[in-house]
This record gives sequence, structure tokens and C-alpha cells, in this order.
Amino acid sequence: MKTRVVVTGMGVVSPIGNGLEAFEKSLREGHSGIRFQPELEKLQFGCQVAGVSELSEETINSYFSEEQQIGMNSHILFACIAAMDAWKDAGLEILPENSEKVHWDCGAIVGTGVGGIDTIGERLVPMTNEGRVRRLGSTIIERVMVSGASAKVGGLLGLGGQVSSNSCACSTGTEAIAEAAWRIEQGLCNRMLAGGSEGVSLYTWAGFDAMRVLNRNHNQSPEKASRPMSASAAGFVPGSGAGVLMIESLESAQARGARIYAELIGKAVNCGGQRMGGSMTAPNPTGVQRCIQEALTNANIQGSQVDAINGHLTATFADPYEIQNWQQGLQVTPETFPRINATKSLIGHALGAAGGLESVACVLQIYKKFIHGSLNCSDLHEKIKDYQHSVIQETQDFPDLRVLAKASFGFGDVNSCLIFKAWESK
Amino acid sequence: MTRDDVFKKAVEMLVKYKKAKLTADQITEQTTLLKDLEMNSARLVDMILDFEDEFNVRIEDAEADAVRTVGDCVELIMRKVS
Repeated sequence: MKTRVVVTGMGVVSPIGNGLEAFEKSLREGHSGIRFQPELEKLQFGCQVAGVSELSEETINSYFSEEQQIGMNSHILFACIAAMDAWKDAGLEILPENSEKVHWDCGAIVGTGVGGIDTIGERLVPMTNEGRVRRLGSTIIERVMVSGASAKVGGLLGLGGQVSSNSCACSTGTEAIAEAAWRIEQGLCNRMLAGGSEGVSLYTWAGFDAMRVLNRNHNQSPEKASRPMSASAAGFVPGSGAGVLMIESLESAQARGARIYAELIGKAVNCGGQRMGGSMTAPNPTGVQRCIQEALTNANIQGSQVDAINGHLTATFADPYEIQNWQQGLQVTPETFPRINATKSLIGHALGAAGGLESVACVLQIYKKFIHGSLNCSDLHEKIKDYQHSVIQETQDFPDLRVLAKASFGFGDVNSCLIFKAWESK
Repeated sequence: MTRDDVFKKAVEMLVKYKKAKLTADQITEQTTLLKDLEMNSARLVDMILDFEDEFNVRIEDAEADAVRTVGDCVELIMRKVS
């Protein structure tokens, strides 16, 4: 009998609030976390707005000792806070670092898109080129290695399962959750922290700006800049933060009386091969549809049973194609298309963290039975007008929300899809 | 700078690397860095860089490798600044 997998804890650091309460409030009330960034204007970026997850020194010091903060840059800091919050939210105690206890039954897959690029750009490269290698100190490696975030999480919490950082661009956070669930299903562990983290660095955003895929049209009106599904969408807005779920076997969750937010009933990960219309930067539609269908098969449900979709929806040219892919993948009609929203309209595109942050949003919505409004799409794209009734622009209660599909699509033509279901204890 | 000045400054700088529950006023010149303060051995490098910056000295690798206690740090710095 297949092991069932549930969500028992969550943690979030985001441009619209840190912690579940603040995050949920902003989702419900439609607060944009996009702000003008003066440094981007100074450096002549085209897009000068971004979603920055802010943490006060006071907050950071409340989580970590000075020693624990050594070797942290922004993406590691965000991941650790989100992971520790998810751990505590799951009802588990954080033991002191000098405790000898290792949680052999728990691991972490916390991925990232570009990881410690801030450390690379601000310290490693300039100091090395100046011949000042000796002055780099001991913490460069742990800050720039791709597994930096998961490694720090593993040490803070004493994890003894697989501790790893996956990386598949914008699909990272969502894929992490799928990978964690598979590990639990195989009986290799009881629980896993899973999600993604992305730091605040103009070196991350520069490459996207150079590709002209960021919105340059709303530097004076940042809260209107992230416009998934709109006719005036002109590229995505970069974001940052971390979203981490505690994924657990149902047996383990019930044995310890854990609160269950939702069940993860299906998942799929694939690639479109950069063929059949796909490329490094654009999805193969057949690949996307197959991913959605495989997730449905894994969940043992029909597409018509999906009540809501939290889309990838970045506000690039790909949005209308994504809607069509969902329609084909779920095998529904425009008339029967489920409700759909885009969390990126509030938080921007947090890249490797997007799937983690947005999955937290999904689980909150399914647990609390609401669907948050998508900002900035009152001028719906021409090709999405047939789905107008499904596009949720104002937050609404949704008492019948039982099944929610989440997908992410990344550079490399990589796809991941999760199917969450409301927890119904029998 | 007196030896006591250097000791006080060194302790002030070392505390951020300690994992042990020892407070600053419990630290003596006999306190060992790795065992008593439970410092991560990798951070010894950073501690030495901090001393170089604070006291405007250069500490060679062989000299750094010989440091075991807070007293060794003080001795090394005193030798360098005099």
C-alpha cells in the first residue's frame, strides 16, 4: 500500500511578510511586495523594481547566535529561518547545537537557483582578482557551494537523513517537494523539509535584465509591475525569499498527533527535452501537458476534479500558453476551467524559491479554504479572455476547495507539478 | 597597549566564534579555543584575520598554527605589536 504523504509544517520568508500569519494576511489583502530598488537605477538596470525579503537585525538575532550567523548570506539566512519555522510549526523542538541527538529519520531538500552569487560577486571574485585570497576567510565555500542552504539547515536542526540542495531553475522549489515526497514513499525517512530559497542580489537579476525578460515599464509604479495574465505584461519582476514545507508520512504524523495542513496526493517532474517547440527558455507544450497528466495519474484523479490552479505564471509571453497547457493537461474546456491565480503577482518571481513560496501559499489556501486574488490583470490578455471567469482577481472564500494543482516551469524546459488535497481525517 | 588591554580586546573578538555556553567573564588566558570555547576549527582562520585587522599586524601561518589557548593569542599579539 502506497505511503501517504502530508504537510505538517510550513515556514516562509517573503517580500510580502515573514512567517505564515503575515504572509497569509498579505495574500488575502492583495498587498504587493514589489518596491523600487535605488541600486538598480544607479547601475542602469532596465528593471529597477524587485521583491526583496527584508529581515531586521533584531529578527535575525532572535533566531541565530552570532556564531551561527557566520557563513550565512541572504539565501542561506532565508532558508534557515523558513526551515526552522517549518520545524517548529510541525510541533517539533529545536535542540541546541551541542545536543548529541541526530534526527536520523528526517532530511532536507532545500534548493536554489543561483545560491551564493552575492558572496561570489561581492567578495570571492574581486578579492581573488586583487591577489587577496588570504583575506577571504574560512566561510566562502559554505556560502557559495550550491548546497549551502541545505547544509546549514541540516546542521542547525541536527538532521540525519538526506540533506541536499536540488537545482532546476524556476522549478526548483516545487521539484524539491516532489523529491522529498518520493523519498518518504520509499520508506527512506519519515519526514523531510522541502522547498527553495533565493537570495537578494543584483548579480542574479542582471542576467535576466540583459535578456530583456524583466518588466522595465513600471519602475515608477512598482506595485503594478508584476502582471501575470495581463495584456500589458512585459516580463517578470525578480523576487527573493524562502518557502519550506515539512513533508511527512501520514503514519508518522498521526503517531505523534501532528496537525495536518493538507495531503500531497500527486506529483510529477519531467523535462520537455528542449524539442517540439521547447528551448532553453521556453517550454515544450507537450512536456508541460504530460507533467500535469502524470501528476493527475499519480494522484489517481481526473483533471475535472482539480478545483483550483496556482500557476507558474510569470508575466512573460508564456502565460497564455500556460493556460492552454493547463486546459489540455487537465482535459477540461474553457467553461469548466478551474479557478486560477498567480502568487507571483504579489511577490514577484523568486526563481529557485518560487515553488517553495508558492506551495506555502497553496497549502494555506487549501487549509483555510480561500483563493487569493491575482493583482494587475484587470486588462486580461486577449488569449486568456475565454477563461476570464476562472481568473481570480479578488480574494474569495472557497469552502469547496479540495484539490489544488501547483506547477512550476524552469529554464532548461523543466517542469514539476504537485497536487494538494484538503486533509479529511476519516 | 598592556597585556590586559590585549586580553580584553581578544576576548571581545573571540566570543562570536564560541559555541560553548561560557560567558566572556569566565574566559581566562588558560581557556582553550577548540575544547573549552568549542570553536569550529575552520574559524581559527577568521579569528586570525580579525586580530590582524584590529591590531594592524601580520600573522604568519606557522604562528597561527601554534595557537591553542586565549593566552597564546594574547602572547602572539603582544609579540607583534611591540
